[in-house]
Amino acid sequence: MSGADNVVWLGTPPFPEAARAALADTRLRANLRRATGTIRDRRLAVTAELDDWEDLRDTAAAVKRRTLRHLDRHLLRLEETVTAAGGTVHWAADAAEANAIVTRLVQATGESEIVKVKSMTTQEIGLNEALAEAGIRAYETDLAELIVQLDGDRPSHILVPAIHRGRSEIREIFRRQMGKWGRPAPEGLTDDPRDLAEAARLHLREKFLRAKVAVSGANFAAADTGTVVVVESEGNGRMCLTLPETLITVMGIEKVLPSFADLDVFLRLLPRSSTGERMNPYTSLWTGVTEGDGPQDFHLVLLDNGRTATLADEVGRQALSCIRCSACLNVCPVYERTGGHAYGSVYPGPIGAVLTPQLVGVENAASLPFASTLCGACYDACPVKIDIPEVLVHLRAKAVEAKRRDRLLPTPEAFAMKAAGVVLSSPRRLAAVQRLAALGARLVARDGWIGVLPGPFARWSGTRDTPAPARESLRAWWRRTREAGRTTTEGKGR
Amino acid sequence: MSGRDTVLGDIRSALVDVPDAEVPDGDPALHDPRSQQAGLDVVELFIERAADYRATVVRVPPSDAVAAVGRALTRAGARSLVVPPGFPEDLVPEGPWSRLEDAPPLTVRQLDAADAVLSTVAAAIALTGTVVLDSGPGQGRRVLTLLPDQHVCVVRASRIAADVPEALSLLHPRRPLTLISGPSATSDIELDRVEGVHGPRTLDIVVIADE
Repeated sequence: MSGADNVVWLGTPPFPEAARAALADTRLRANLRRATGTIRDRRLAVTAELDDWEDLRDTAAAVKRRTLRHLDRHLLRLEETVTAAGGTVHWAADAAEANAIVTRLVQATGESEIVKVKSMTTQEIGLNEALAEAGIRAYETDLAELIVQLDGDRPSHILVPAIHRGRSEIREIFRRQMGKWGRPAPEGLTDDPRDLAEAARLHLREKFLRAKVAVSGANFAAADTGTVVVVESEGNGRMCLTLPETLITVMGIEKVLPSFADLDVFLRLLPRSSTGERMNPYTSLWTGVTEGDGPQDFHLVLLDNGRTATLADEVGRQALSCIRCSACLNVCPVYERTGGHAYGSVYPGPIGAVLTPQLVGVENAASLPFASTLCGACYDACPVKIDIPEVLVHLRAKAVEAKRRDRLLPTPEAFAMKAAGVVLSSPRRLAAVQRLAALGARLVARDGWIGVLPGPFARWSGTRDTPAPARESLRAWWRRTREAGRTTTEGKGR
Repeated sequence: MSGRDTVLGDIRSALVDVPDAEVPDGDPALHDPRSQQAGLDVVELFIERAADYRATVVRVPPSDAVAAVGRALTRAGARSLVVPPGFPEDLVPEGPWSRLEDAPPLTVRQLDAADAVLSTVAAAIALTGTVVLDSGPGQGRRVLTLLPDQHVCVVRASRIAADVPEALSLLHPRRPLTLISGPSATSDIELDRVEGVHGPRTLDIVVIADE
């Protein structure tokens, strides 16, 4: 992994620690509650309109799973069709290679600035930072990305990277920072979202009109035609995809679809799942270059960066079906309370908790598979039916394994599990421990509940109240009340 | 080894569990996308759905079409009008606006300064209130319908498909395609929808239906 790699942010604390800090931020929690609540209602309303929503999900899941199983063939086909349509295809095994390719392509145009369409993939590889090192300035043009970039902040949501900011914070960022990047915020800017959007329009229009090079991501690419798709709302995507002379698209290898016809399923699923709209305002589809219309030089960079490692895991592989709609974030009770920064990754929320550890190796994001209650709301919401709880549990096991490999002595957790194994494998030992536990628990419990315990027990008891065990175990009660008469009852019955 | 060989090699070793005999396009589609649209009044539905996302939509008989285009331009106070090559002459209204043709190609500065643009559509989608442009006759280069503040779009009722699959099957992938559903919008501030960011602030749709 290169230093510029952004999948996991270096120096961020593990999830439990980061979550504790996030939970204490009441403004953050209010912003998140408001935003996720709004989007959840809208998503439910537009998905309920379709009688065949579940069929669509099944179809999309099947197409994605099947495509992944033959990924090499589809990518080769895509390379062939994009090339035939006048584009150039590049392959990048990791972030450093992708950044080097894009930097070289921009340098070849002689330009020192580019405009960008919002793209998770270029966030993931730290492209802006890599370009900056080469003296190239990258301007984010999506409103939320602009807010994050102006503020020197990090994204906290896949679809709405500035979801952690409320309108008054955004106004302050615009007032303070816009002038440093170009056209300053208008005098008397209010915190009305309309005014804020207008300020962004004025600030960015000049950049669009003079841009010679744009960089985008891709939502989908159809292998049979070489058609690349970008789904957006604001029109910044259309600006970047239409006005410049050179267009460079960085796409994760998992985004390929076998055919143009497959798009019909995904163009129905994605907007309803992400912004809760029947259709997003703008979707652009282009195939190579078109003479006299739009960029005349088109490059498609196909990026691996941990995806083949994910593909090799037969359980975890399904995470590559993700279409980055962010529905799982918006329904997640954990995400709603901690926000995206606590995950310490460019991919937050439930999908981040399964994707990030796989992209970077579970030992480099070991707390993320545990950043979930396994409630399953994410699985219900996922338009491509990624069984996120299943993958989480699978990755938890791998995290424990990884930890064990790295140590000479067993972890306290492994030690406790070992002890539990010894106890549970013998009825006599279990009964003895139950008697002891009932006795011990009554000493520490208050009103039937065990609160925070001292010493090593605090790690379990610090975040949960536990009901005190009953005075008598079921087995002991059974033996005392039923065991004596059992043989005679049975005798009568036969 | 090149990046290409590395990536392809890694994909193949990751997929050792996939049997060689398995074909990439094996399963039939699980879903018949055209099953539930029978009997829809696609014109009415299109008008309702496009209006729902803040496009201004009117339905007019052919005899009133050019006047309806004129009313839309007048309402927004257009002073200059871009007319793409191939746009039907009988739908270009007279009015207090200057006319800009894209031959020779207009510069981005000229387009940015223009108030309005007219266009036809390649298809429309009823269920989502979407119009689809494919840079064909009457639509012009993509940038023509992007930079002016007002986009007036003329849709013949016969061009309206029920849902996305029917519309996609009418389109040619080799052309640059733009699906437009209402004016430009953002949900980036507190996930509240606000119309009018970078694309045209106003989208007017004139549906020409037979009487």
